[in-house]
Amino acid sequence: MSNEKPKVAFYWCASCGGCEEAVVDLHEKILDVVAAVDIVLWPVALDFKKHHIEALKPKEIAVAFINGAVRLSEHEEWVKLLREKSGLVVAFGACAHLGGIPGLANYTTRDEILANKYHRAVTVDNPQKLLPQTESKVNGYALELPALWNDVRPLDEVIEVDYYLPGCPPPVDLIVAAVTAILKGELPPKGTVIGPLKSLCESCSLNSTKPEKMAIKEFKRVATSTPDPKTCFLAQGYVCMGPATRSGCGERCIKGNMPCRGCFGPTPEARDQGTKFLSSLASMLEAKTEAEAQAVADTIVDPVGTFYRFSLPKSLLRRRRVKT
Amino acid sequence: MAEDSFEPKIIGFLCRWCSYTGADLAGTSRIHYPPNLAAIRVMCSGRVDPTFVVQAFAEGADGVLIAGCHPGDCHYSEGNYKAMRRYPILLKLLEQFGIERERVRLEWVSASEGNKFAEVVTDMTQQLKALGPLNWPARKAAGSQEQRLPLRQVAKGVAAHV
Repeated sequence: MSNEKPKVAFYWCASCGGCEEAVVDLHEKILDVVAAVDIVLWPVALDFKKHHIEALKPKEIAVAFINGAVRLSEHEEWVKLLREKSGLVVAFGACAHLGGIPGLANYTTRDEILANKYHRAVTVDNPQKLLPQTESKVNGYALELPALWNDVRPLDEVIEVDYYLPGCPPPVDLIVAAVTAILKGELPPKGTVIGPLKSLCESCSLNSTKPEKMAIKEFKRVATSTPDPKTCFLAQGYVCMGPATRSGCGERCIKGNMPCRGCFGPTPEARDQGTKFLSSLASMLEAKTEAEAQAVADTIVDPVGTFYRFSLPKSLLRRRRVKT
Repeated sequence: MAEDSFEPKIIGFLCRWCSYTGADLAGTSRIHYPPNLAAIRVMCSGRVDPTFVVQAFAEGADGVLIAGCHPGDCHYSEGNYKAMRRYPILLKLLEQFGIERERVRLEWVSASEGNKFAEVVTDMTQQLKALGPLNWPARKAAGSQEQRLPLRQVAKGVAAHV
């Protein structure tokens, strides 16, 4: 028993499965991981059940990697269980770290979402206006479904989180760095976001093409025009989150001719990615009068969805206000 | 809360060179205006990061005033232009969050405009009284309680959207 390998758990909450892909993207390096650890939970790949985890002693799992935002009662139960059974919890990927794309649901409400999905959608035939229930009886059997919460929350609003692996999904080199550090016991201070401290612009290969003084007259959208891949996107008038976003992603989007969408979250100094970006963006405008400033603002279609694409639940305001 | 007993909390970010001096002038000239504004002196309206505004709301402000030198008069030549360029985007962002545009104002108040400062604060206080409290911190608490509702009780809310 003394040479037992450290136990590792992977779990997913409100996520797309991309973070699981990121683990598989370790390719042959995953064999080193598997040789060094004992995976006790990984719903996407291995058939372990909740009772297997419940049978473990507190902190028996060395580290739990949890991806996805917390959206359902089931997510909350699982992450609380994993917190109890794990020495370390790593928020894996943008959704666990900041709320991520599912976090954009905080722009609406649970009731609006259910009404759209079950009643209003043209492809739905539901004359009795049924809704999924947490408990129902079918042929005399009581069936249960998890409850859908009104708010999407990042992992650290529900349980204590030791480390964050940013990104949508986290890049392989950062995953390897994190796993290696944990296995060797070379741990950074608790609460560390495992990634560089600089902004994306500082490591961006297009940085040298940025003019001394930016003079944006209007904003363009990648949906309606194609940027020049060799020139700073902001200089061309495309909303690129680089100035307010943490570096470390390997500029995957930039290399694909896509301006930064902000998945790595705010730089360490920034509390709120959206307003920090707004501040930086506005300083690049050419507008000399209030009317000109208004005209440029009009060309930004959806500031909340663009500036907080991955970080709405972790932002200062967290969600849209619902008037009652 | 009854509308007449509601006293809005306004956070005012006042530029040290013009608007703070203008507020001082309003005081030394004994101009009467509502006591609802808590002034924070900043070096320039260009220093007011939109994060400050959003944080003020997140922590319970009902309104935020940003006041600086008139365009062309900035002590740092164009700090107030930075404030001017941020403002319309910030308004749009806040409206998406459900925060009315009347709750954030950008005003140019010079050091000699004590009267204007008093008028702005009076007008803004009246507007906010009409709008009612924003109460953002309480919304967060209410939101987490609402999380606990079983889905059966949600059906009524859903019906309201159809």
